[in-house]
Amino acid sequence: MIAEAGLAALWLAAALAGLELLLAVLGLRGRGELMASVRPIAVVQGILVAIAFACLIILFVRVDLSVALVVANDHSAKPLLYRFAGAWGNHEGSMLMWVTILALAGGAVALFERNLNERTLIATLGAQAFIGLGFYAFLLFASNPFERVSPPPAEGNGLNPLLQDPGLAFHPPTLYLGYVGLSVAFSFAVGALVTRDVGPAFARAMRPWVLAAWIMLTLGITAGSYWAYYELGWGGWWFWDPVENASLMPWLAATALLHSVTVLATRDGLRAWTVMLAVVAFSMSMVGTFLVRSGILTSVHAFAVDPQRGAFILGLLVIYIGGALTLFGLRVGTVKEGSQFEAVSREGALVVNNLLLSAILGIVLVGTLYPLMAEAMTGEKLSVGPPYFNSAAGPIALLLMVVMAAGPLLKWRRDDWRPLVARLAVPALLTALALLALAIWAPPIGIFPLLGLVLAAGVAAASVAPLWKRKLRRTPLFIWGMVIAHLGVAVALVGMASETAFTKETLVAARPGETHRVGPWAVRFDGVEPVAGPNWTAVEATLTATRGTSPARTLTTQSRMFYAPPTETNEASITTVLDGQLYVVLGNSDDQGRWQLRLWWKPWVTLIWIGGGLIALGGALSLLGRVLRERRSRLAQEAWA
Amino acid sequence: MKAKHQRLVLALVAVGAIIGAAFLAMSALKDTAALFRTPSEVAKGQVPIDKPMRLAGMVVPGSIARDADGVTIRFLLTDEGATAPVRFRGITPDLFKEGSGAVAEGRLGADGIFVADNILAKHDERYMPPQMESAMKSEKDKAARQGRRP
Repeated sequence: MIAEAGLAALWLAAALAGLELLLAVLGLRGRGELMASVRPIAVVQGILVAIAFACLIILFVRVDLSVALVVANDHSAKPLLYRFAGAWGNHEGSMLMWVTILALAGGAVALFERNLNERTLIATLGAQAFIGLGFYAFLLFASNPFERVSPPPAEGNGLNPLLQDPGLAFHPPTLYLGYVGLSVAFSFAVGALVTRDVGPAFARAMRPWVLAAWIMLTLGITAGSYWAYYELGWGGWWFWDPVENASLMPWLAATALLHSVTVLATRDGLRAWTVMLAVVAFSMSMVGTFLVRSGILTSVHAFAVDPQRGAFILGLLVIYIGGALTLFGLRVGTVKEGSQFEAVSREGALVVNNLLLSAILGIVLVGTLYPLMAEAMTGEKLSVGPPYFNSAAGPIALLLMVVMAAGPLLKWRRDDWRPLVARLAVPALLTALALLALAIWAPPIGIFPLLGLVLAAGVAAASVAPLWKRKLRRTPLFIWGMVIAHLGVAVALVGMASETAFTKETLVAARPGETHRVGPWAVRFDGVEPVAGPNWTAVEATLTATRGTSPARTLTTQSRMFYAPPTETNEASITTVLDGQLYVVLGNSDDQGRWQLRLWWKPWVTLIWIGGGLIALGGALSLLGRVLRERRSRLAQEAWA
Repeated sequence: MKAKHQRLVLALVAVGAIIGAAFLAMSALKDTAALFRTPSEVAKGQVPIDKPMRLAGMVVPGSIARDADGVTIRFLLTDEGATAPVRFRGITPDLFKEGSGAVAEGRLGADGIFVADNILAKHDERYMPPQMESAMKSEKDKAARQGRRP
């Protein structure tokens, strides 16, 4: 019954999305009285999809084996958390989560948006319903999550053990919130184009959504990076895997959008560009969804290879992006030019920021799609890896750091070079000192890590400079947000550069009792013993790590055998200390009683994810500051009225 | 800057930046893109030496051997048409097994041994990298056409 209820709710929601679109179109074409019903329909639609998604979760938690999706991905021996999160650890379930978030976001816009021109809002909701319709069709016709099997089998197939990790419960929802948040920005842009209403009011309405989506993407990418780092046991934090790029591209576009929307909201500049970026940002979400969901990629995310589904998502992508670009082309002439600014100004720096981010986005996009294009055109199979991305995007990213240091110290509209140089003196001095310190004390390192460390010192100093001579208690929250986010970039940069430059690695086959060195650590291999978990058995190695005179630490690392489905995974042992992490992976044994051990000492590597967290925190403070300010000004207006 | 021209200048700068980025991307791609190769291509001498590439195939049962240091392994990859020797120093992934599919990332040495810096294995029972599936399928078809056991 639950499966049928879920399916019925999904159909009803799809019908309401159609009605919402119809009423919005009719309402905008002169039947103004119809517009009043668009908001409630958007809300009800959100509730219905949420019910459908709740039904799927119930089916997974109960392990209802009469449902095909549950059979394929669930198992009664799985812990509750993974039965619960397993609902979206598969293709159909994750697409249902996608539309759930989409519809709930539409409902939230309908409920809470009060500042925007009513016609633009109705057009926005219509656009949101139009996006929703495509994904409802995809679910109902090509990926029905509620399909029954008859007769029901005795047991399910279980979940890929790599996905049996607490990260699964949070990583997809955060990323999807980010992707879908950008759909709202896209709908706002389409709405504003339809009603020819591109201006600061529209930008102020769109900004919280862009910020929220960007925070979620930042968190999703940071968490995904840490997941890959500890779960895969390869010791790397970014692999330039197409799936990682699929989340990075929307983030780059959203970062650019976030900065340009600020120019539009506060200075009324960059109108057409901001609308264009909103379209590009959601396009990147769609491209990401297509890459991950179509199964054309080689990765843990490729749940099933089904060309029909790939073609369906590609079709949706073409309709939405092509439609939006056509609309943009037709209406860009009606977008009035915003106010002017000089080249040396805050706006100018933000334009450079946008261009550099767009260039990085282009490079990542080309590298990600090139293998697919090459195969489609010439039949040649190839892969594009870190050497390409690092050499092409690295220099631009470092240049972006320089602009990021200088930008916040510039005045809006127009500024002069000379005071800027004075304001940048302290950061520049720190940069020079960092270079000197590295040249004297550090072993020779590569040019990218070197520049990274040196620039990070300057960026860190420059990012807190906007607080200089301000009364800290009276500094608005969104200034704090900017400062903390930029500081987070510097912190993450130190982590990345330090990990790249100073990591020490030891790879040995060790007998129990042997001690091996890695960096400042001496690690003794004590031995192995079998252990068992709820749905796995494992070989567990115990090691004792000592560093200088500090007390010894005991580490355990496992090689796990899961039995549903039968798979092995390595559970790396990661010891975090103040200045880095000791990372140990257990490999295979040989006939002489030796075990392969891989030991890494990664100085300051934790700063990568701390930096990511700071960036998201900065975003959150900024969002809070903006929302509170809007609220205060609205209350003030109402008090006057 | 004249007020009227600002938008035009911005648009031109944007287009210039995008063309520059595309140029940078294409030139970097030329040097770094790694082709997927099969053991058959290695056997026929169609694979250039010391270029980054990926070699995809099935690990020949009984072929995995370990060097005395305990961390270097040698094995054979096959695509049913031919086999190619591979050397790898490191910990093999969890799913790397004799008789199952694997992709070796690395370079072909002058001695004909493929030196891998990284090994990718089949993720789970349901999953096979699409490139590998099609590479192996085309070799199987060829073998079937030539009357060999597929």
